[in-house]
Amino acid sequence: MAATALYGSSGFGNWARLAAQQSLTQDQLLQFDTFGNVSLIHVTDIHAQLMPIYFREPSVNIGVGGNKGAVPHVTGADFRKLYGVNDGSPSHYALSSGDFEALARGYGKVGGLDRVATVVNSIRADRPDAILLDGGDTWHGSYTCHHTEGQDMVNVMNGLKPDAMTFHWEFTLGSERVQEIVEGLPFAALGQNIFDAEWDEPALDLFPPYKFFERGGVKVAVIGQAFPYMPIANPRWMFPEYSFGIRDENMQAMVDEVRSKGAECVVVLSHNGFDVDKKMAGRVKGIDVILSGHTHDALPEPVVVEDTIIVASGSNGKFVSRVDLDIRDGRMMGYRHKLIPIFSDVITPDADMTALINEQRAPYLDQLTEVIGHTDSTLYRRGNFNGSWDDLICDALISEREADIAMSPGVRWGPSLLPGDAITREDIWNVTSMSYGEAYRSEMTGEFIKVILEDVADNIFNPDPYYQQGGDMVRVGGLGYRIDINKPQGERVTDMTLLKTGEAIDPAKNYVVAGWASVNEGTEGPQIWDVVESHIRKQGTVTVDPNNSVQVVGA
Amino acid sequence: MEFTRRETLALGAGAALMTVLPFRANAAVDDLINEFTGGAAVADGGLELTAPEIAENGNTVPIAVSAEGATAIMVLAAGNPTPPVATFKFGKLAAAQEASTRIRLAGTQDVVAIAQLADGSFARASKTVKVTIGGCGG
Repeated sequence: MAATALYGSSGFGNWARLAAQQSLTQDQLLQFDTFGNVSLIHVTDIHAQLMPIYFREPSVNIGVGGNKGAVPHVTGADFRKLYGVNDGSPSHYALSSGDFEALARGYGKVGGLDRVATVVNSIRADRPDAILLDGGDTWHGSYTCHHTEGQDMVNVMNGLKPDAMTFHWEFTLGSERVQEIVEGLPFAALGQNIFDAEWDEPALDLFPPYKFFERGGVKVAVIGQAFPYMPIANPRWMFPEYSFGIRDENMQAMVDEVRSKGAECVVVLSHNGFDVDKKMAGRVKGIDVILSGHTHDALPEPVVVEDTIIVASGSNGKFVSRVDLDIRDGRMMGYRHKLIPIFSDVITPDADMTALINEQRAPYLDQLTEVIGHTDSTLYRRGNFNGSWDDLICDALISEREADIAMSPGVRWGPSLLPGDAITREDIWNVTSMSYGEAYRSEMTGEFIKVILEDVADNIFNPDPYYQQGGDMVRVGGLGYRIDINKPQGERVTDMTLLKTGEAIDPAKNYVVAGWASVNEGTEGPQIWDVVESHIRKQGTVTVDPNNSVQVVGA
Repeated sequence: MEFTRRETLALGAGAALMTVLPFRANAAVDDLINEFTGGAAVADGGLELTAPEIAENGNTVPIAVSAEGATAIMVLAAGNPTPPVATFKFGKLAAAQEASTRIRLAGTQDVVAIAQLADGSFARASKTVKVTIGGCGG
């Protein structure tokens, strides 16, 4: 099957193109009055999405502690009201949830690194020495990325010519592969918090903490901050040589060091996640700009914490941020910012980049485009507790692995599909691909299942962002529960119910649990993408009913 | 998530013993502090304790203590069955009064450090270190 059929399968392709083009132009999207003397370009959390995709923003994103009700924990209509975004507008579709299916049909797909290239080139035409920074989660998340161990993304990103990068999922390629790629990178691999695990000292040989750039007569220092909780959230055994952590005392030392070396502008390229960045901005003095990644938030304005601006640039290739800075006398006097949504039907692809992307995909095209089934429902992932993709994955685990209960990790990556869309193998890999995708099947007591839910819940709802480990809540199938997010660990989860019988979970009884993405070495089982493919093939057309099995209190 | 069949069996067996609550400070901690200070008042400040917010591996958590001019620094893992970790003593010729080591934590708990400063007064610092099952991140 040809690649074009894959993307036209909703039958709305041409209409979507027209609708988007009538309300938007490339010039409008790129319009920017060049400002000050330094320009930053930020992309982050691309998750190997080379091609245009749909991406539904979350409707459930709960803030806790001091971040209750604060951005990015504002969604849907509340978000639009906060930022003065009109219902049904391009910004509504790009930035918030609500009416996703109808708007997606109108405005079309988003992203595509050939479109991103056009935007980057246009900014460079205005400001040739703009600094392009990649916040990481780049070499992970697709069929081709998995099969080339990140090489497809390295090749394509090298075409964009970034100036520096930091890291998270990259390390799940294994430290040997990461080292091999980083040694050959034509740009800086930064991380002030990437330490040698044995000596607890900075891993300076491959991952320097910062790099200086002389731009517009200004000495700019870019400090990297890799994802702090990699060895906890991801399998430590895949990169045992490295230790991470927030290490804000070392961040302060690095800021002081670059300032003493003459930095007039300090930029942190961060994979902390937004709330951690906010806290860090309040504790570490002397940072002008934090380019924030990891939590996939897209904000139309920077959040200002004291003298630091925090910029959130979305995920999956859906946005590019441009930040122009006026740096004078060693101070940031002002900034101008634009979060540029990549409407795939509006922004003309860069031809060289299209060719480069096609070259990466060509050897795998037959595999990528094979249609496995169709969907009657919108399939999406983002949300604190569940998404329809994970509901489908949990259904697959329960049915294919003959389990009572299924668990799917609370990751944030993975594009969306619309009702009527074909589900190709590429689509399945976009929401499952990883280097530890084995689907385990084991028995757990009711008590132990509660221990897991409580542990993960505290990793998202601990009121102190430094104690949040990084993901969304583990998604469950076959199990209902009530969660009071404001309670302490051990008391949040109650009323656990086995859905197939309606009975309360018995702490002493064993249940068969199937899941995937175990961080333990030696996990056995079929790969999750094969489990999901087999399930979808049997269904033909999948329908995912609304999931009301998690009752949330205290949001 | 993260369970092989084999490890889950082991974990499941341990689950009955495992509390999901943060480990409570061992009552002996106050006694140990009193023993160290001789009952003198303990102030905040003057002592730095560096520890991760979340342990990458609860079996080997890197910590560091530093207090300018201190003659001794005691480190306690308040929630461990045996809280005393170490007491570092610094002689007059010590160029710096800092020490680092790795400790084992039975679960989420406070790590507490008490320093005897140059003037004989005592300072305290503590930090909560979370020990988690992990997984699901991203």
